[in-house]
Amino acid sequence: MFGKTVKELGDALRRKEFSSTELTTAYLEHSKALNKEVNAFITFDEEQTLAQAKLADEILSTDNATALTGIPIAHKDIWCAKDWITTCGSRMLENFRSPYDAHIIKRFKECGAVTLGKTNMDEFAMGSSNETSWFGNVKNPWDLGRVPGGSSGGSAAAVAADMTPASTGTDTGGSIRQPAALCGISGLKPTYGLVSRYGMIAFASSLDQGGPMAKSAEDLAILLEAMVSFDDKDSTSLEKPTVHYSSMINKSVKGLRIGIPKEYFSDEIAPDIQNGVQDALKEYEKLGARLVDINLPTSPLSVAAYYVIAPAEASSNLSRFDGVRYGYRAPNYSDLNDMYAKTRAQGFGAEVKRRILIGTYVLSHGYYDAYYLKAQKVRRLISQDFAHAFKTCDMIMSPTTPSTAFKIGEKVSDPVQMYLSDTFTIAANLAGLPAMSIPCGLDRNQLPIGLQLIGNYFDEAGMIAAAHQYQCATDWHLKKPPLHNV
Amino acid sequence: MEWEIVIGIETHVQLSTESKIFSGASTDFGAMPNAHACEVDLALPGVLPVLNKDAVEKAIRFGVATQATINQRSIFARKNYFYPDLPKGYQISQMEIPVVEGGTIKFHVAESEKTVNLTRAHLEEDAGKSLHEDFIDMSGIDLNRAGTPLLEIVSEPEMRSSDEAVEYAKTLHSLVRWIGICDGNMQEGNFRCDANVSVRRKGDKTLGTRREIKNLNSFKFLQQAIEYEARWQIEQIEDGLAIVQATVLFDPDSGETRLMRTKEDAHDYRYFPDPDLLPLVIDDDWLKTTRASLPELPKSKARRYQDDLELSGPDVASLVSSLEAATYFEATLNHFDVSGIKPAAKSIANWMNGELTASLNRSQKDFSQCPISPETLSVLIKRVLDNTLSTKLARLVFEELWSGDSTVDDIILKKGFKQMSDSGEIESFVSQVIEQHPQQVADFKAGKEKALNSLVGQVMKLTKGKANPTQVNEILKSKLS
Repeated sequence: MFGKTVKELGDALRRKEFSSTELTTAYLEHSKALNKEVNAFITFDEEQTLAQAKLADEILSTDNATALTGIPIAHKDIWCAKDWITTCGSRMLENFRSPYDAHIIKRFKECGAVTLGKTNMDEFAMGSSNETSWFGNVKNPWDLGRVPGGSSGGSAAAVAADMTPASTGTDTGGSIRQPAALCGISGLKPTYGLVSRYGMIAFASSLDQGGPMAKSAEDLAILLEAMVSFDDKDSTSLEKPTVHYSSMINKSVKGLRIGIPKEYFSDEIAPDIQNGVQDALKEYEKLGARLVDINLPTSPLSVAAYYVIAPAEASSNLSRFDGVRYGYRAPNYSDLNDMYAKTRAQGFGAEVKRRILIGTYVLSHGYYDAYYLKAQKVRRLISQDFAHAFKTCDMIMSPTTPSTAFKIGEKVSDPVQMYLSDTFTIAANLAGLPAMSIPCGLDRNQLPIGLQLIGNYFDEAGMIAAAHQYQCATDWHLKKPPLHNV
Repeated sequence: MEWEIVIGIETHVQLSTESKIFSGASTDFGAMPNAHACEVDLALPGVLPVLNKDAVEKAIRFGVATQATINQRSIFARKNYFYPDLPKGYQISQMEIPVVEGGTIKFHVAESEKTVNLTRAHLEEDAGKSLHEDFIDMSGIDLNRAGTPLLEIVSEPEMRSSDEAVEYAKTLHSLVRWIGICDGNMQEGNFRCDANVSVRRKGDKTLGTRREIKNLNSFKFLQQAIEYEARWQIEQIEDGLAIVQATVLFDPDSGETRLMRTKEDAHDYRYFPDPDLLPLVIDDDWLKTTRASLPELPKSKARRYQDDLELSGPDVASLVSSLEAATYFEATLNHFDVSGIKPAAKSIANWMNGELTASLNRSQKDFSQCPISPETLSVLIKRVLDNTLSTKLARLVFEELWSGDSTVDDIILKKGFKQMSDSGEIESFVSQVIEQHPQQVADFKAGKEKALNSLVGQVMKLTKGKANPTQVNEILKSKLS
């Protein structure tokens, strides 16, 4: 049963090779055992999981089964799932049991998918290494001494170690793509507004976007079909005609104009990554695509703009965690202000506090124009850069990250170095563009290298097809971490 | 030294929508604590706001009714501060671009018309309530009110007395009820005023330092608070002290204002556009439909009643005091022919401002809940105008109508209230009275005009008030001459 894609498992389930209950039970046992080493999951809830599997088996015995019926899926612990502990990687929500389902959780339920568990993540999705989680850092299955990336590090590691067939993540500045790259899996951040944010615990509302993480581009298509749907509970949700991504994966890349932004190929990038990405681009040329040089002149400003806008929104979004209605409350306090101060001092970790402080500062009277407003202007320029670039190319490709998985603890004391690991991924969030990462090689330490694809608005289908064509021609996505053989 | 008081008023008007401004929870008043607080109102992790269209509609109505500018693109912003009854840690409001800008409110103070310009009116959500009384060593939080839609209406500092401030507030209160955007129940906090008060020497061009009196929920308190505050400020300045910008609370028991916070402890609310909500866009069609759906405004009605129906100022003022009254008036008037419309209008006004208002007040009802329909009132008035009923009998019929469901004509028939208009019948009563009261007859004949009144009274008594007094008068005179 293991080592299979969602596509293969779905076919096997519908052919009755095994039941969802058998599959789910096997994954539960396997994941729980591996979790001691990888720490990819925060919560398992066997009872709820198996009840869902049983329900899926009933659906599988009818004609109503979908491509996802009976498939165990791991959800990043940022998504509220009814009756599940939903922590967002924070002590603040350590015991918070959600009374409602996020829109996408509801969608997965409707498709008959099974919730395998809730995956570990950087606290409130703030981090690029999974070291800010209250529940301990996730370890990269390729090298347990290294980080899996973040913030969707648990979801990425779980797929890489085959602790789950697929997972969900969220991406505010690269939180799907960067861990996907570091763990050697495929991950996609859709166009802003395509996947409902209702029930996703907000980090930076104008940047947050949920998406799928899986072993192949084809699986991403299957998962995305479940995740994309208009939601009237999210005012930024877009009403678009349904796209059958999985039926469009065979579209050839012949004639595809691939934009190569020179700003994304600087000397700061590890040579192995340079080589891996160049090889991938050559492969695309072999498949009939054409490389076009493009400029994204304002993209070097994206990290700076991001670290104003995202903390500003976060400082406000996280105000609701005040100890009044739910979540953590400090045990001893003298009055209301003391209760707020102690609750938030004890409930939040250092990185979250750092960003709340930055955000509070940039929104303060007298600083707003110089920081927040200026950052919004930069953001508009970055979007214009992309709009301009897409006049001469159909898709943009670059490395996903400047380095492969770094060692646990290596960057933890240097926030700026940590922030720079998202240097290539942030611009897509600022512009709201869809982007993905797929494996395109291994470096000298046998660590995965990620290729980033940035598409034009709503060109998820085109991106997935381009990724699938590459995966048909190469086998980097099939490489397994050594842990897999444990 | 002559002082001038300068007053600007901010009013929080609760919009009468079914559900909250950003969630589907009910806005009904008086439910068990937190019964009307859904996941969005509780600010659970992951929830998002969705704007209630009806709240916007009501804001547009207000803008149209005050001849304001409706911004066809306005922005929702977050006002950040911590308080236990503010679940998200921020209030969604409008800052830089409100939905309504400008506009005017016109009213009368001591016979002269006053126009107050409005600065703006913006949409925002209300907070919940902290309950400090019911718990020992703890406070309770009731979030039923959290997320209730408010329209905050800000006036320019153009009022110069507490009388003007109260008239402004009353006119605004009447208007928001008239255009159907607020229930106006001040006890339930549907209409709350903050008054910005400053004083300056008469003739000064610059404004004095203001203090803001928060949360005045009755016209009486508004008046008392402003008067106390202005007096206090004048005394301070006359004593050589400076006014420090501050927020104060009015204590109705002592009649005094007391300091809540000064500008130094004012929050930095860190306003920024709410990324969860798109800009509010109001297209031309929406504006057009709303404009068309607005009822005729009190000002225009008043002019019509005065010019076309020749009603008096006080009569008109009470008829346009609420949309319910005006609607009732016009519905009753519709039952009369154009030829007799003016006396009918006067008569309806008399009934409405007299018996009807008194009875409605006694049973705490408004004209929309009046047990006597406009049609029934029109029949009653017609019976008076055609001399079937005397005014006195009509009052008795009215009382019957109020307590029962019978018709005017049934009551007249049943109770024998029909006015005696048959001159033969009246003549026999007149003869009877002349026979029984020779002294008065003699007095009258001797030139005492007053004696006639006494004889008329006797006839009326004999006919139990049913005889037409004019007819009685005429018949008596002709018999005695």
